[in-house]
Amino acid sequence: MWSRYSHGARLAALTTIGTIIVLPIMIFVLGPNMPPGKGTDVAKSQVFDNTVLLIIMTPFTVFILVYVLYSVFVFRADKDDPLRDGAHIRGHMPSQIAWLTVTTITVLFLAIFGSAELLSNGSGSGQGPNPVSTEKNAIPVQVIGQQWEFTYRYPTYGGVETAQLVLPVNHPIEFHVTSLDAIHSFWAYELGVKADANPGVDNVAFVTPHTMRTFQIRCAELCGLWHGYMYDTGKVVSDSQFTSWINGQRKLYAATQKYLPPYATTYAPDPEDRAG
Amino acid sequence: MSARRLLRFNMLTGMVLGVAGFFIGWWLGKFVGGPSLDYFDDTQQNDIALFTAYLVGVIGFLVGLGFANYPIQRMLGKPPSLREKETGGWGRYFSLCTDHKVVGIQYLWGIGAFIFIGGLNAMLIRFELLTPNQHGWNGNNYLTLVGVHGTMMMGMMTSGILGPFANYLVPIMIGARRMAFPRIEALTFWLLMAAGWILMTTFAFGGFPSGWTGYEPLADQANLGMDAYVAFFALVGLSMTLLGLNMIVTIITMRAPGMTWTRLPMFVWGTISTAVLMALAAPVLISTLLMVMMDRTAQSNFFNPQMGGSPYLYENLFWFFGHPEVYILALPGMGILLEIIPVFARKPVWGYRLAVTGMLGIGLLSFLVWQHHLFMSGMNADVRPFYMLSTELISLPTGFIFISALGTLWRGQIRLTVPMLFMLAWIFNFLIGGLSGVFLSDVPSDTTTHGSFFSMAHFHYTIMGGLLFAFFGGIYYWVPKMTGYRLNDRLGKWHFWIMFLSFNSTFGPLLVIGFLGMPRRAVTYAGYLQGANMWVSISAFVLGASMLLFLVNFVWSLVFAQVPAGDNPWASKSIEFQLPSPVPVHNFDRIPTFNPDPYPYGEGVTAGAAQRPAITPARPER
Amino acid sequence: MKLVGVGAVVAAIAALIAAYIVFLTHGPTPFKPAVAQAGTQKSVNLTLQTVAAVGPKLAPNENWVSYLVQENGVWHRSTVWTLPANATVHVTLYNYDGQSGLRNPFLAQSRGLIGDAFTLNGKSMSSIDPDAASHTFAIPDLNVIVPIFGVADDAKNQCDFAPCDPSMAHETVKFSFKTGKKGHYRWQCFVPCAAGFLYGFGGPMQTIGYMDGFINVV
Repeated sequence: MWSRYSHGARLAALTTIGTIIVLPIMIFVLGPNMPPGKGTDVAKSQVFDNTVLLIIMTPFTVFILVYVLYSVFVFRADKDDPLRDGAHIRGHMPSQIAWLTVTTITVLFLAIFGSAELLSNGSGSGQGPNPVSTEKNAIPVQVIGQQWEFTYRYPTYGGVETAQLVLPVNHPIEFHVTSLDAIHSFWAYELGVKADANPGVDNVAFVTPHTMRTFQIRCAELCGLWHGYMYDTGKVVSDSQFTSWINGQRKLYAATQKYLPPYATTYAPDPEDRAG
Repeated sequence: MSARRLLRFNMLTGMVLGVAGFFIGWWLGKFVGGPSLDYFDDTQQNDIALFTAYLVGVIGFLVGLGFANYPIQRMLGKPPSLREKETGGWGRYFSLCTDHKVVGIQYLWGIGAFIFIGGLNAMLIRFELLTPNQHGWNGNNYLTLVGVHGTMMMGMMTSGILGPFANYLVPIMIGARRMAFPRIEALTFWLLMAAGWILMTTFAFGGFPSGWTGYEPLADQANLGMDAYVAFFALVGLSMTLLGLNMIVTIITMRAPGMTWTRLPMFVWGTISTAVLMALAAPVLISTLLMVMMDRTAQSNFFNPQMGGSPYLYENLFWFFGHPEVYILALPGMGILLEIIPVFARKPVWGYRLAVTGMLGIGLLSFLVWQHHLFMSGMNADVRPFYMLSTELISLPTGFIFISALGTLWRGQIRLTVPMLFMLAWIFNFLIGGLSGVFLSDVPSDTTTHGSFFSMAHFHYTIMGGLLFAFFGGIYYWVPKMTGYRLNDRLGKWHFWIMFLSFNSTFGPLLVIGFLGMPRRAVTYAGYLQGANMWVSISAFVLGASMLLFLVNFVWSLVFAQVPAGDNPWASKSIEFQLPSPVPVHNFDRIPTFNPDPYPYGEGVTAGAAQRPAITPARPER
Repeated sequence: MKLVGVGAVVAAIAALIAAYIVFLTHGPTPFKPAVAQAGTQKSVNLTLQTVAAVGPKLAPNENWVSYLVQENGVWHRSTVWTLPANATVHVTLYNYDGQSGLRNPFLAQSRGLIGDAFTLNGKSMSSIDPDAASHTFAIPDLNVIVPIFGVADDAKNQCDFAPCDPSMAHETVKFSFKTGKKGHYRWQCFVPCAAGFLYGFGGPMQTIGYMDGFINVV
């Protein structure tokens, strides 16, 4: 029965079966559990985006793998005459056109879809000093990267600087990420936020956390000796917890407050350059 | 005969003059730069001295090898010698030799040696990553290991296929007796060797902390060892530019009559696309490094934001080179893929023009995508969708290569020899590499994966899973032609399977680990990733062992067993296999007439064009 | 003949690899201060010195700033210390280096110390003028940081090369912190004190053995 069908038909059948098996796994098992999780609005949209990418890639991957395995088994050289030539096919215009069309449409769709996702909420990425996707009424939080620690400033809370990152849940947060020396990168994994800390640059990223949890912060750009140790743990807490925390911090650091430069989106601290 | 040649200019005299040059340059640099800049005193780091030491050292090395002989002879009015040391024994492999085949074999050994050093570093890195805490190498050394691994591999593998294989095969494949510029060809090799030794000296000067990308302003802060990185890459860039130019001129001007563009073997198309990229992108690298050097020595501030410079300048300049660079790594592999698959499927290349369009398209588009490395850096957010589109568009010409390879398998007569196995593995690995690239090109997805091990696994799948597998496929396929001896088949298959399985076992989980939040180049990681990292490290050790197995095969087959390969061990109809093994010095007795069909396989075609082997006559009467 | 040749090459390569690995693992030997035990309370006394130039006798880079630790009256250049877990560490630090100033004034306030304060020349306080800072001692993973006040520029009798003795101009800082669980913690200085390097953060600031080190809590 198998041999009644042409190679093309068999391949189509195998690809379809393979896709039918794998696709539900992608949609229902892998997709929803993709990193970085569902704790924030941008993380959720990244998960959705990743799921769509997985879904689109599945038929292509299945086809190519099925094709290669099929060819290797079915189009094997004759044992008795291994040097016999294969079919003299130099090309097949309909196949080429079909491939070109399908891949072009797929790529254009991915680009448009990805751009739409990106522009809808910024996807937690650092958008530079002039972000195009913003969130209204966001609480600004400045992340200062320095060799080799992150510190955080809250301009709307008196410009207090803290060593811990604590955020109130269900509020849009506007991160302003900058650096005092080398290039670092602020990667708040479970929040789905990554923004490079470039010296002299204000890199803005938006996120609205929806779940109260702790999250990892890691430096994601090689910045010197202790790059691998430049990590922190942040917290998303309730409004009242946040208020009491930040008031506590303001009291705690009142002494240094007077020495801090006024809040600015970038800093050029003294001593500069090569001074000792 | 050959011993006497050795007493004249060769690698030994080169090294002696190189070391002497190093000390002379050091003294010169101290004399020129030392007294004038206080900071040399404060930091105990005289970058000017080290750069001049490297410069004069390289010049001494090249003079010692004999590169100055031809210009000096000409200036003294002596008649020109066009060919140096092309006959003679094994001594010519250790000196300046203008026979393109010798240069190809020199490249094979030289690049092979440095790649093994890079691979050793990779094993040491994975050893450190067995536990989440730092337990192995002394603090600063981990970052230098990471940096030297990446830098050495990138610098060496850029010429990894063009150096050994294109130098050897391109003149043969186009019907020429030599490259357009044989002396420059030899120069590119020795520059690369000098560069490799310079990079290894970084350990004597404290190593460098920036990884292979050398981001400023960190690179400005770094110790003396950073200068070794700058000098290495500048020399590699110079070697690349010259190699690319040489290939382009050779392929355009030295094709035999009858070798028209539509008859070029796929390998040559892959070479010329790569060569164009090399010639255009490498100079950008050299200028960027010049700026880095000036920042480090003359205290300029190209990349220092507090004095008017910008780290963005570095990022953009570097990646403007860096992105074509990775296609320089990928394209030759594609050339080899489409060169070998027809032989072992015994069919012509399916969609020859489509594949060529694919290669040229990849080359063109590769210059339009570089900012995808900068998506998270705070670049202009309006421009990101453009780069997302251009990066996704590159998968179109890559798709042409894939469909061409797949079409060549259709209804073929597939022989699963060792080179063919490597080609099939290329298809699998590059598929995964390419798909992971689609994730990375998508900015929302990139927010999590940029700078993580997902990104690292992506480029290892494409560069190692693609290029290195093609490299090994090429070795098994062409070394019998180059040396006249077969490589052991059974050891080859063991090497392949262990390498393929351990490679996927190493980098597959890393795709996942990256998504789970592990940043690159970090010596510590979250505790819950330890199990996965141990699995990856152990797979990496097995992968390293497979390389040792390859070495055993290589040395055993070529030095001890020496089973003659014959002229055409693979029953290939391509031109190089119609010549004796190893190929004689002058390549052909008479310049051949080429078959209009570069891949004359396939039954069911009228006899005549398809049945003739690639050249006529195959062997002239003596 | 061939076997001998190949064997010799393999042996040479193996020797080179071994030398390479030895080179990579070679690093500063950990210094283990004496542990005093009173009941269940463990405590350790650590005496440190920070100097403007470490001098040719103690390091290959004679003009680099460095930390030194005292053992039985002798000063060593060691920044890797082995300390017991769940113990109190009492640190006395003599600073002979001048004022550089902090890039981030936030780091001029101490954190994580017992009593939330340190003593500077006998006076207890919890922060200093950031521009007067010479170094900091910080263990970010334990959230410990102490700013170290610098010697004034016009002070008399400043120390040239380490080891410096108490007759030369210096500031004395004392503080205590608790070590918790076992672990391997890095510590560093946050003041850009590496003269001649960009942002003052190169050279000794990025080399273990000078301004960076490890605390092995066992």
